Amino acid sequence: MDVLVSTDWVKDNLENPKVRIAEVDVDTAAYDQGHVPGAVGWNWTTQLCDTLVRDVIPKDKLEALLGASGIDNDTTVVVYGDNNNWFAAWALWQLKLYGHQDVRIMDGGRKKWLAEGRELTTDAAKPPKKVYKAKDQDRSIRASLLEVQNAVERRSAALVDVRSPAEFTGEILAPPGLPETCQRGGHIPGARSMPWAKLANDDGTFKSPVEIKALYDGVGVKGDKPIIAYCRIGERSSHSWFALKYLLGYQDVKNYDGSWTEWGNLVGAPVEKP
Amino acid sequence: MKAENYTARRDTIDGWPINIVTYRIGGKYYCTIDNVDPGARFARAEGPARDEVERKALEKAKKYLGQTRRFPTTTMKPESGN
Repeated sequence: MDVLVSTDWVKDNLENPKVRIAEVDVDTAAYDQGHVPGAVGWNWTTQLCDTLVRDVIPKDKLEALLGASGIDNDTTVVVYGDNNNWFAAWALWQLKLYGHQDVRIMDGGRKKWLAEGRELTTDAAKPPKKVYKAKDQDRSIRASLLEVQNAVERRSAALVDVRSPAEFTGEILAPPGLPETCQRGGHIPGARSMPWAKLANDDGTFKSPVEIKALYDGVGVKGDKPIIAYCRIGERSSHSWFALKYLLGYQDVKNYDGSWTEWGNLVGAPVEKP
Repeated sequence: MKAENYTARRDTIDGWPINIVTYRIGGKYYCTIDNVDPGARFARAEGPARDEVERKALEKAKKYLGQTRRFPTTTMKPESGN
């Protein structure tokens, strides 16, 4: 199954009733500017998380969201978004977490669709409602704080910090221009730095598996032991998780969605810098 | 409806690299500015004219980037003695 689809593929499947397109942007206002015709829009700050407890979307809320989006368990879901599919990958990871079989990313995302001058609409999609039944969380793709602590202590997994180099060294606490959301800078002891953006081309598409493998090989992450990816809140690392899991085919890859906003705020947690 | 007059360029504000993307959809221009690494969009503006939306977005970007602090990247060790 192709997990990456092209903008051409999406254009050719806009009317396909078995396919549902969903836009998930960092900039939650982008969808309303204009989106792929027929695409539903998901707001990551309110719809793809638990808005009370810090957690991923609850199972019942996901079922309601997907059902209202015209998605059932047999639907091919294609997610796309701005910034190299940053939050689209976050959505894909959560759908996989709850066991959705066929979910794909439109390579290049919103950036490529716009740059190619493809058709847009401001009409909100109104798909027919469906019934969706989610599975229990597949914890084989999600790392908890305890698992990360154990991995650090036992050196049992390759930790990959996908934030920018300046965040990795602790020079800055958050990406430039964004609010600081942690108390300490640096990285989890033993983590290797592989900024997520290195995996993308200028047009927002993923680099080839050969190129991505070379990047990871270069920092000693070769898929010969479990891999745990993290960033600040788990969304950039979803992008890297996707590449490691589906483009390189590594079996044991987890996303630590607690990420640096958990570790960097934890009293007593060891921090390495630079 | 399509995105038209799509432009993307790179610049710096106070030493921070930024991407400036501007385009028109329908009768409105949109300008978004991201921080290149990781590419998070942190300033945007919209309006009827390209120059105006870019100016507004750049003003916001300068404000937000001015709040970004740099920290030493080495661990501070207590001085010995005394």
